[in-house]
Amino acid sequence: MHQRLTVNLVVNGETYERDVEPRILLSDFLRHDLGLTGTHVGCEHGVCGACTVLVEGEAVRSCLMFAVQVDGRQVTTVEGLAPNAEELHPLQEAFWESHGLQCGFCTPGILLSMVPFLESNPDPSEKEIREALSGNLCRCTGYQNIVDAVQRAAAGQAAGGATPEAADVADEPSRRDGGDEATAGEVPA
Amino acid sequence: MKPAPFEYKAPATTDEAVDLLAEHGWDAKLLAGGQSLVPAMNFRLAQPAVLLDLNRIDELAYIRTVDSAEETGSTGSNVAEGDGGGGAVGLRIGAMTRQAALERSAAIAAHSPLLAAALPYIGHPQIRNRGTIGGSIAHADPAAELPAIVVALDAELTIRNSEGERRVAAAEFFQGLFSTALGPNDLLIEVDIPALPAGTGWSFQEVARRHGDYALVGVAATVRLAGDVCEAARMVFLSVGGGPVIASNAEASLVGQPLDERRIGEAARLAASEDIDPVNDIHASVAYRRHLAEVLARRALHEAGARARSGAGA
Repeated sequence: MHQRLTVNLVVNGETYERDVEPRILLSDFLRHDLGLTGTHVGCEHGVCGACTVLVEGEAVRSCLMFAVQVDGRQVTTVEGLAPNAEELHPLQEAFWESHGLQCGFCTPGILLSMVPFLESNPDPSEKEIREALSGNLCRCTGYQNIVDAVQRAAAGQAAGGATPEAADVADEPSRRDGGDEATAGEVPA
Repeated sequence: MKPAPFEYKAPATTDEAVDLLAEHGWDAKLLAGGQSLVPAMNFRLAQPAVLLDLNRIDELAYIRTVDSAEETGSTGSNVAEGDGGGGAVGLRIGAMTRQAALERSAAIAAHSPLLAAALPYIGHPQIRNRGTIGGSIAHADPAAELPAIVVALDAELTIRNSEGERRVAAAEFFQGLFSTALGPNDLLIEVDIPALPAGTGWSFQEVARRHGDYALVGVAATVRLAGDVCEAARMVFLSVGGGPVIASNAEASLVGQPLDERRIGEAARLAASEDIDPVNDIHASVAYRRHLAEVLARRALHEAGARARSGAGA
């Protein structure tokens, strides 16, 4: 019989208590024990960034932590971003507007990486955005629309919470082409 | 569930951790930031019977400044005479201090700009939020930045076990591929970085395939100038040997000479041809690594020399 430990934690404002084996990764704990499948699991060795969540407000790879390590801590996953079932988080809204996703697999990790980034750096340059995104792999978009989405979110933030549509990012100089509207993806459940 | 089963213990104090290490020795593996160990466990390359998680030991996470002139405990202090009054400041960093905390620290930026310059090259922000200075040093990956930095800065490492404490110079700590002076019962607890002597310039250069990837080659350099003459030089490479590689032939060629274009070129050639021992892998050939080493060494010496001349170094 392997050791089991009790984990008490707060995820997206809700308190959970579970008994787990210490070898359970935080990523698997969120998905299988708590049913929060918005956190995606890609490479499972810290390269792809798909499993990024916030622990005490800081972006971390949940495949490189054990669930027992977050005992007593606060965790935020992609399910915790939107204020309610009708509205999106402004960053999610910006990804929608800029077509910052296609298949959506990498999106939760990217959103969770960009939330603390935009908090600490509200007016980032394109270079800073690309650097901040460097730990998240996307195989669909070529990143351009993701960079646009983050710029749109930053502009919306600067406009004092104005809707991202109102943000003036229409003539984004970094844009390589006129956009590929045909590939607009759906927001994954 | 990827890792093999293990027994998990999370000591709250350094003493507790040291006692647990004495009890479990080789069976135990220490978990610091986990950014190298957990991938190895996920692949089952590492299957420790006992995992000692150091993340609850708050007393091992700190950045303190010390007046180098008052420092009595350190051996082989390289603080230049006449340095007092200028407020040469050294740093003491707890082993469990996160790389992100070092990156945000005003004390690190002010008193160890070479360390500060190397930090953004470590992985990605998400990695640095977890990764620790002590974990990176104890893991001793030859491609890692922090081992080369602590050797370049003549740091001293404090190691504790149930018998007591000892201090080891960084240059003696690294003993080859992933091996260090740490024994099975040893815990690295502190990194002491002395102030750079006045008149010292520094530089960190690295080339990786993409930002955040492991370095193909990197180099940390310091030079101390008196007028135009190089009084001391340090060049430590990463990713070109079993650990941090000190370019001793190149260093010796610089000392006592004017730091000019010809000597910099000669030292860079010596470093790339004599001092380093790179290997072929899927990322780069030996020839390409030697080429990079020469180019980066030249850039590093130019930049360090310029900082020493402008007083923008130590």
